[in-house]
Amino acid sequence: MSDTTVSSVATRVGDNVQRVDDTAKLTGGAMYASDLVFAGMLHAQVKKSPHARAKIVAINTSKAENLPGVHAVLTGKELDYRIGLYVADKDILAKDAVRHFGEAVAAVAAESLDIASRAVDLIDVEYEVLPPVLSQMDALDESSPLVHPDLGSYDYVKASFSPQPGTNIPNITKIRKGDIDAGFAEAKWIVKREYTNPSVQHVPLETHVAIVEWKAGDEVTIWSSAQSPFTLRDLFCRAFKLPHNKVRVVIPHVGGAFGGKAGIHLEPLLACLSRKAGGRPVKFQATREEEFSLLPCRSALTYRIKTGVDADGRITAQKLLMYWDSGAYADYAVNVTRASAYSAGGPYDIPNAWVDAYTIYTNKPWGTAYRGFGHVEFFWGLERHMELVAQVIGMDPLEFRKKNLLKPGSTTLTGEKINEHTGDPLKCLEAAAKAINYGRLTPEEEERQARTGRRIGKGIATLHKAPAMPSFTTTAAVIKMNSDGSVVVNIALTEIGQGTATVVAQMAADRLRFPVSLVKVAVERDTDKDPFDWQTVASKGLLLTGNAVIAACDDLLRQAYSDAAQVLRAQTADLDHDAERIFIKQRPEESVTFAALSIGYVYPNGNGIGGPLIGLGRYTAQGLTSLDKETGQGLPALDWTYGAHGVIAEVDPETGEYKVIKIASAFDVGKVINPGTMRGQCIGGMIQGLGTAQCESYIYDGHGHLLNPSLTDNKILTSKDLPEEIECIAVETPQLDGPFGARGVGEHPMISVAPALANAIHDATGAELTHMPVRFEDVWRAIHNEQPIDTWVTKAPAV
Amino acid sequence: MWMSVEVNGHIYEREVTEHWTLLRFLREDLELTGTKDGCSAGECGACTVMLNGEAVNACMVLAAEADGATVETIEAEAAKGELSEIQAAFARNYAVQCGYCTAGMVMSVRELLRHNPKPTVAEIKEGIEGNLCRCTGYQQIIEAVLDVSGQITNETRGGLKYV
Ligand code: FES
Ligand code: FES
Repeated sequence: MSDTTVSSVATRVGDNVQRVDDTAKLTGGAMYASDLVFAGMLHAQVKKSPHARAKIVAINTSKAENLPGVHAVLTGKELDYRIGLYVADKDILAKDAVRHFGEAVAAVAAESLDIASRAVDLIDVEYEVLPPVLSQMDALDESSPLVHPDLGSYDYVKASFSPQPGTNIPNITKIRKGDIDAGFAEAKWIVKREYTNPSVQHVPLETHVAIVEWKAGDEVTIWSSAQSPFTLRDLFCRAFKLPHNKVRVVIPHVGGAFGGKAGIHLEPLLACLSRKAGGRPVKFQATREEEFSLLPCRSALTYRIKTGVDADGRITAQKLLMYWDSGAYADYAVNVTRASAYSAGGPYDIPNAWVDAYTIYTNKPWGTAYRGFGHVEFFWGLERHMELVAQVIGMDPLEFRKKNLLKPGSTTLTGEKINEHTGDPLKCLEAAAKAINYGRLTPEEEERQARTGRRIGKGIATLHKAPAMPSFTTTAAVIKMNSDGSVVVNIALTEIGQGTATVVAQMAADRLRFPVSLVKVAVERDTDKDPFDWQTVASKGLLLTGNAVIAACDDLLRQAYSDAAQVLRAQTADLDHDAERIFIKQRPEESVTFAALSIGYVYPNGNGIGGPLIGLGRYTAQGLTSLDKETGQGLPALDWTYGAHGVIAEVDPETGEYKVIKIASAFDVGKVINPGTMRGQCIGGMIQGLGTAQCESYIYDGHGHLLNPSLTDNKILTSKDLPEEIECIAVETPQLDGPFGARGVGEHPMISVAPALANAIHDATGAELTHMPVRFEDVWRAIHNEQPIDTWVTKAPAV
Repeated sequence: MWMSVEVNGHIYEREVTEHWTLLRFLREDLELTGTKDGCSAGECGACTVMLNGEAVNACMVLAAEADGATVETIEAEAAKGELSEIQAAFARNYAVQCGYCTAGMVMSVRELLRHNPKPTVAEIKEGIEGNLCRCTGYQQIIEAVLDVSGQITNETRGGLKYV
């Protein structure tokens, strides 16, 4: 098949194709893991620690075991397995010590949820309560208790991480670029600040849920709301030393994930319960309260930034110190630390840089991946800092940013050279600034200000992010033709709401030159049936899976053309096709239908040739490398998606109350595959970003008890909290190795919303905000120059 | 207790566990799993159903309270396999992502439009305030409601801008 035949048709990529999964979801027919029920299924419940740090002295389960209807009771003592993505530091159930409030210490499987709940109440646990370490800065202290005294004996991924035995530090990532001292020596100004943000919850509407069945002969099946079936299987098999072909992971529809359902969570515990209960399937769904502390959150961060700027307003040097609060386990936090470190300076040209990024254990629920993978947190500090530096040097914040933006020829912190195909941060920034009439008030805004007595301010912020993934990340797609000429695509990238199924259908349809209605993307993911994909994370799915899908389509067409050439007595170069048939270019009436070729062609006399048309496509990230452990130099980025936000806010300078009038955001996505789903991803992320900016956070008392594990006390934004106007802008600088030129945008809309908002509030009032979220009282305090009160760990007296 | 309830036009007679909510009754006893549980605490709206024609959070109503009542759930929204006008407008406007809030959202929109066939944007925001959605940022849901109530103009139709 020649290339000219492929490019000669109108594209279906870029069209507003309706979502392929919406009918099932709109009618209640879409099945989620929480909807699944199996014959003989038992229900699990978990006994949780009421303490942040304690020794487990004794656990008495006899009353629970004797309750009729109970089939299995488990404690940590009988489970000798270690789980961990990058550092194997977690037991399935706490063994001798508990390390955070809400940690699982015992579990029950029973015939009903009600019996399981009663049984859990009957389990007695005796604790010796110990003083917890709650702040990651305190945990660095030599006198701090150790959350993991055995850190030195844990297995970990040696190529990427550096645990420090005898401390609370499971990883340090370092980046060294240029000569930091020389850079500061050139500077006219040096500006130093600290920025902070607390832990927050993902809040998928569907809490974590799984069903596991461990049958005789070690045949394990897992149905889960997890994001990444193959990584789940791999981690599960590593923990239990099972061959991969014994374990099958099935993922039905997923009710939102946002990173919180990456990795492995409840599955090992349910597996052990099932095994103990004789192989019956065991189901558990976290309550909303459990979602906050039995399951992980997003890490808190303290970010210290020191920036040198020369007389022209150019950044000469930047020292960046990140202190990530990992909570009780390392999980993804060590990799958040790593990925944040190599992106730490933002989309700016920084000739001399020094980054030390620490992951730090504390006695709190542990941090995991969350949309943005660290970038929401550190861009809070970075883009506030750019604003404050601009103020110090007396330059307009937009001009200061533009002067220092990456441009073709610049190098990133890890030494990657940027070129004109990498993407256009300037275009994004200018588009966002223009959309809010940055730098001035319109006559209507002047009038509104006069009328309301509130001050209107405008703020901008930039962002960038590359997928945080192994340098050799790989994926595959299979496309199978049905005997009517329609096709089914199998991939292991899960549909978690982001629209993967729809854009994959569009890309396949475009490449095959079929209408989208002929393409089905299978709903369920199944490790026994689908081709490998590493994980559904990092905004890498569109590029990697997209390329694999294109390759699979080409493979299928190659087979079809080869069979058709035989049937039509032609060479493949003589052929072309439409949605129904392959024909001879010169005499289109001589043709054979795809349907006739789909499962092998049959001649009139009954002879058969060919066979089922099944295309396979693979794609592996190209040219990436590990980072040097001492200098951080290397090529970690599959692609960089740049973006920028503009925010207009209206602030009452008396009370600190404010309102977001407008948010306008621009992203360089390379190529828009589907404007409707892309806009949906963007607005969803922008509003999730505003939630993080305005109100979301974990609040603990001085003993490490989580005080707000509910949607009443830990609010997320509702429809009434929306800005008056939301604008979403696409920039298209093609990614040369992206499918149709596209790159990912799943996480980016959420990044840097918070500093854009705070910069607008700053513009309106002069409030020097350094702590996120920005609540009304924080604005009031900043206006009145009062120190922000750190209520994220309230100062209740210790017992 | 023994109860009789009409759900989506069918009469069900059942023994119900007294402390069970209407949500558990619908999902676990009747196996109508289209209605979702996002919190079991009246905080998220994922469980919204129509009880005697009024939208309620099914997790905040005891099943026993529905004795003799009429209940409608998402499973009855698409009559004869055709999407209802609300559902079709949701689809056209990309108002669905993960879909977990969708059943409750559609029910709340139905309630809103019953009282107010041409709601303003502010009224729409008010009408779906009790339904949390973590994926969409609500905007395309609001646009779907404007669409189904015949209020989409070129100004209000949402779209991606290109520069
Ligand atoms: S499940 Fe009923 S309001 Fe959340
Ligand atoms: S679509 Fe996922 S919560 Fe609304």
